[in-house]
Amino acid sequence: MLLLLLRRLGQSILVLLAVSFVSFLVFRHIGDPTVSLLGEDASLADRQAVIAELGFDQPVPVQYMRYLGNVLHGEFGISYRLKRPVVEVIAERLPATLELALAAALLAVAGGVALGVYTAIRRDSLVSRVLMTVSLIGVSLPTFLIGIGLIYLFSVELRWLPSFGRGDTVALGGWPTGLLTASGWASLVLPVCTLALFKLTLIMRLVRTEMLEALRTDYVRFARARGLPERRIHCRHALRNTLIPVVTITGLQIGSLVAFAIVTETVFQWPGVGLLFISSIQAVDVPVIAAYLLLIAALYVLINFAVDGVYLLVDPRLRRT
Amino acid sequence: MATTFLSRRPAAFRALTFVSVLAATLLGTSAAEAETLRWARSTDASTLDPHALNNGPNHNLLHQVYEPLIIRTADGKLLPTLATSWALTSDPTVWEFKLRKGVKFHDGSLFTADDVLFSLQRARAPTSDMRSLLVSISDVTKVDPFTVRIKTSGPNPLLPDNLINIQILNAAWAKTHGVDQPQNASAKEETYATRNVNGTGPYTLVSREQDSRTVLKLFPGYWGRGQFPLEIDELVYLPIKSPATRVAALLSGEVDFVQDLPIQDIARLRADPKLRVNQAAENRTIFLGLNVGAAPLTYSDVKDKNPLADRRVRQAFQLAIDRNAIQNAVMRGLSVPTNIIAPPFVHGYDKAFGAVGKSDAVQAKKLLAEAGYPNGFGITLHCTNDRYLNDEAICQAVSGFLGRIGVKTTVVARPLAIQTAAINNQDTDFYLYGWGVPTYDSAYIFDYLVHTRGKNARGATNATRYSNTEVDRQIVSLASEGDTKKRDATIKSIWTTVQKELIYLPLHDQIQTYAMVRKFDIPVNPSNTPYFKLFKLASGAAATSQ
Repeated sequence: MLLLLLRRLGQSILVLLAVSFVSFLVFRHIGDPTVSLLGEDASLADRQAVIAELGFDQPVPVQYMRYLGNVLHGEFGISYRLKRPVVEVIAERLPATLELALAAALLAVAGGVALGVYTAIRRDSLVSRVLMTVSLIGVSLPTFLIGIGLIYLFSVELRWLPSFGRGDTVALGGWPTGLLTASGWASLVLPVCTLALFKLTLIMRLVRTEMLEALRTDYVRFARARGLPERRIHCRHALRNTLIPVVTITGLQIGSLVAFAIVTETVFQWPGVGLLFISSIQAVDVPVIAAYLLLIAALYVLINFAVDGVYLLVDPRLRRT
Repeated sequence: MATTFLSRRPAAFRALTFVSVLAATLLGTSAAEAETLRWARSTDASTLDPHALNNGPNHNLLHQVYEPLIIRTADGKLLPTLATSWALTSDPTVWEFKLRKGVKFHDGSLFTADDVLFSLQRARAPTSDMRSLLVSISDVTKVDPFTVRIKTSGPNPLLPDNLINIQILNAAWAKTHGVDQPQNASAKEETYATRNVNGTGPYTLVSREQDSRTVLKLFPGYWGRGQFPLEIDELVYLPIKSPATRVAALLSGEVDFVQDLPIQDIARLRADPKLRVNQAAENRTIFLGLNVGAAPLTYSDVKDKNPLADRRVRQAFQLAIDRNAIQNAVMRGLSVPTNIIAPPFVHGYDKAFGAVGKSDAVQAKKLLAEAGYPNGFGITLHCTNDRYLNDEAICQAVSGFLGRIGVKTTVVARPLAIQTAAINNQDTDFYLYGWGVPTYDSAYIFDYLVHTRGKNARGATNATRYSNTEVDRQIVSLASEGDTKKRDATIKSIWTTVQKELIYLPLHDQIQTYAMVRKFDIPVNPSNTPYFKLFKLASGAAATSQ
């Protein structure tokens, strides 16, 4: 088992190396960083001086090896745009993204499971049919359109909720949280709904299908025959057996919630790492882009690693190989 | 800021204003209630170091906190700020500036000539992004604590115009915090001036979260009290990247003033009785650049020679493109078609050059045939898609117009960072670009766009491969020509050549739009830098509350 874990670890490191190299190649094609360093009105000599200073005139492998060396020493460099250490900038923004992603994950799982169970049990009711139709919208509409639609309805027309920002934050030991203020909660509603909608509908449809399957099984029929109350049959017997695929999917989706937060954060001016990433791309702020890509890759690797670990615990057959 | 997300109801707010005005009158005080302006635009300032980056969003925010010697107001005039007066001395290479007395920095220290000497030296440091505006300066000396002299390498009649974005820092403060130079591009550490300020400006920094919210408060010790309206007590700067969200925030009453508006929303904002929309020409001309060099083109299907090197082909392009149609169909009226890369308020602008002729596809086709391309040819037009108003749509329209005369134009739209790199490396044959003139003088345009690339430290943005030794000589002479008449004649002569050669095809000057709640009336500043200390509340709002 230790060997298996070690092999997984080795694979994870390879994945991170590959991501860092691919992202490094991409930088050659996203434009000239001197535009954000010097502005549009800089002279040619100034541009060349900065390019030489930053080592952009050297061969790509040389640049990559130097970057890798710095990263292994924990040095991610300084942001070209913000003139501040990259690690500090990302650490400042990460809490906002994590709060958004976790709130969206909670809503997606809780809402998805509840609605999935409901639409499975009352599969022919009007409410279920409406929910199923609406869920199609959630699956098919692009995130930014949903976000803008929600803003126009709840901010411009009804004026119930703010259209942008994170509201007031309170620092909890270096972690600025929006969960302790009224404006923070109000600001969270629309972005969370926007980000969660797709996952929620996905989980809902998954749970519904699994649940319908489970309701047809023999043990549910026997339970009914024994005269157990319906609520108990649904929650104790049917739902439990549907949750295994849901748990797997959810685990994998948490990583994508952080990654997909880019669009939601841009629409709502949510000051997280996604918004930082978009601004950095426009400014060709290579150190920030590289660090962000590595962070997301590391997150995915970590989640996959954890999921693999859980499989090992759950399935005794895997342990023997 | 403790304001809630809910908008203040206008009716309730007016009642409140009424009550407070009434109370103020009854109590015999002249103090108005605290006025907050929530201000949104697309991009946040990247750093608070005023010499680190020469770009619009940075200057825009920092002009509220720091001050230069002179500013330029919305009407294009120079306004004495930290300098009270300036004049050339008997030596035409030396300018003398009289400085304002009794000016305090935000930390309480007094402003003197030493701060000017220090700041100009800092702005000229190798790591400063402002130094290209100050290359003509050879020496700055102190005459007395409130008089400085600036010596230039040759006569420079435009020196005051070059100082409008050079902010003055406190010398002692900068030295204490080790920021006597702007940060190095390859530095490993953040410097103190990146997130801390100490200016003489009307507003002090209260708090700042990058890309989220910056709060500024009126500085109680500001020298301009009594001289400027200073009616806005608190400024809350809220960058909002997404254009739709920015407009929504204004419509929902979450912000009071918005810059960088998307063209398609302006009609809707105009129709809203609670809002005010102000417009004026921006200091930026959009144009097409053409590779007129001798070598064959890279991005064309003509491989053996350069069709654009033939003036008849360039003239055919110019005749084919209907700039009035672009104004109506693409820009929805928000552009001023022009035939010269200089807005009317720039020194050297000539009405005769700016006039847009009629487009004539038949004549254009004839010229193409004469040049040897009766069936046209294929070419790639490189275009930005994130920089100018409707930039990509403009290129699509140009492609359509050229298609009418048989020139098959492929539009390649891409971000500014890539477009600028291509222009700087001359890796394009036909491109859309825009240019603003911070000095309000034609020489700036010639230096960057007309002079041979890379010679005499000029021509950085000239990707046309145009090189004319005589014009180069004339351009260089402008920098040190003290005789205004002679200088104006040279400017006119250079423009005459540029206009005749058709190395650029100017399209239009952009029109800039500001939208705000009715209570405020902020005029559009051609450099897109509103100075909030100058604004009075709209008279209409005052009338309702009295």
